[in-house]
Amino acid sequence: MSLVELHAIHKSFGALEVLKGIDLAIDEGQVIALIGKSGSGKSTLLRTINGLEVIDDGVIMVDGKKISERDTDLLALRLQVGMVFQQFNLFPHYTALENVMLSPQVVKKQSKAEARAIAEEMLTKVGLADKMMHYPDQLSGGQQQRVAIARALAMKPKVLLCDEVTSALDPELVNEVLAVVRQLAEEGMTLVMVTHEMRFAREVCDKLVFMHQGRIHETGDPEEVFSNPKTPELSSFVGGLA
Amino acid sequence: MSEFTLWDIVYNLLLAARWTVLLSLTAFVLGGLVGLLLLMVRTAGNPWVVRLVRAYVELFQGTPLLMQLFIVFFGLPLIGLDVSPWVAATLGLTLFTSAFLTEIWRGCVESVGKGQWEASASLGMNFTQQMRYIVLPQALRIAIPPTVGFSVQVVKGTAVASIIGFVELTKAGTMITNATYAPFTVYGCVAVMYFLICYPLSLFARHLEGKFRNVAR
Ligand SMILES: Nc1ncnc2c1ncn2[C@@H]1O[C@H](COP(=O)(O)OP(=O)(O)O)[C@@H](O)[C@H]1O
Ligand SMILES: [Mg+2]
Repeated sequence: MSLVELHAIHKSFGALEVLKGIDLAIDEGQVIALIGKSGSGKSTLLRTINGLEVIDDGVIMVDGKKISERDTDLLALRLQVGMVFQQFNLFPHYTALENVMLSPQVVKKQSKAEARAIAEEMLTKVGLADKMMHYPDQLSGGQQQRVAIARALAMKPKVLLCDEVTSALDPELVNEVLAVVRQLAEEGMTLVMVTHEMRFAREVCDKLVFMHQGRIHETGDPEEVFSNPKTPELSSFVGGLA
Repeated sequence: MSEFTLWDIVYNLLLAARWTVLLSLTAFVLGGLVGLLLLMVRTAGNPWVVRLVRAYVELFQGTPLLMQLFIVFFGLPLIGLDVSPWVAATLGLTLFTSAFLTEIWRGCVESVGKGQWEASASLGMNFTQQMRYIVLPQALRIAIPPTVGFSVQVVKGTAVASIIGFVELTKAGTMITNATYAPFTVYGCVAVMYFLICYPLSLFARHLEGKFRNVAR
């Protein structure tokens, strides 16, 4: 049994069908790269996994449990599935430390001391031990994104979803964030990441999922898929990047 | 007929001004509480509730305060509820204030980006936690200047309570004018007193606006 299983997921926005029947299994410890053209449905797929988008049809199972649309189910789901966004989305009125401490305290009802200890541990892990008291607007984009990763990790999720976490960053800040993601992958964190960093995907990911027009068009071992794409769409996508 | 000195006029107006202040405060606090409640249920997003709150806001924004007060004061007795001018004025102004504050605050809540809702949702927060820890603290900072600014409208709005016989500043002015036949002096003093209540509020609102303009946190 996989940690996350998606069966025949359908999702439309009005008349636009964005996900046209997605099946995907995510095993524990697996690192999956989701690639594809802009508009192919990558973000929408990622967002269905933690209930930010409600699916029209299909089944989502996390840890063997079927997720329904009920609010309590969604909240329970989100305790297992963390997410990091392209735009960081830090809370601007809290310090880095408070950003990370907040949810363990108010959602998991941990004591302040416990939450603080975990927050300090996570911020140290992402290399920001010296920035804990800074507000988001006092941090660089790369630092903000690392706080966002620490914030998600502090909830101890079973899976972490990353939606183009380096796309909003200046080129010189990309590597510090990728280094953190790479470290997580090496530690055995289950990751699903939408990315345009093909070299990174190739080096770090166990499985590549190529999306095209709302479907999973091709999937497999990254090395294999990149060097020997089976469909013309992937071949042209990979070619377009080179 | 006894002579009224300027001091007599001012003294009596000051006594009545206390009621203007009290009525303003009451309407503002109660209106704020009702407004907050309406804001919460509206933001929570049940479409029917949203429609209802919108109708409520439009009703009060689209009719003169004077009519609202008349309807409360003359309408409630029709259904068997006799209300004193004080109760009618408080009720009328509270409804009026809550409608405007809901609308002002709705704008502030909407200015907090979608990303903040999504980030907090993905951390497992429920609606109440999102509002309390993420959205309202940010919305509040933006809301303070226009809210304080609106309080000036409430103070001036209390003047219409004079029509239904509630003795506040304006009504006292009319009564003293009837006794002194010195409308210019009396209403001059009345205007100065309104100004002395409202001007500091305006200054305060402007001060807050400058203070919060560039501050995200
Ligand atoms: N909330 C939404 N409302 C309407 N259309 C949307 C919404 N979110 C995404 N879409 C549309 O769905 C399609 C897929 O979007 P998305 O999943 O963001 O693609 P990707 O992340 O692969 O670029 C796009 O055509 C996009 O415009
Ligand atoms: Mg996207």
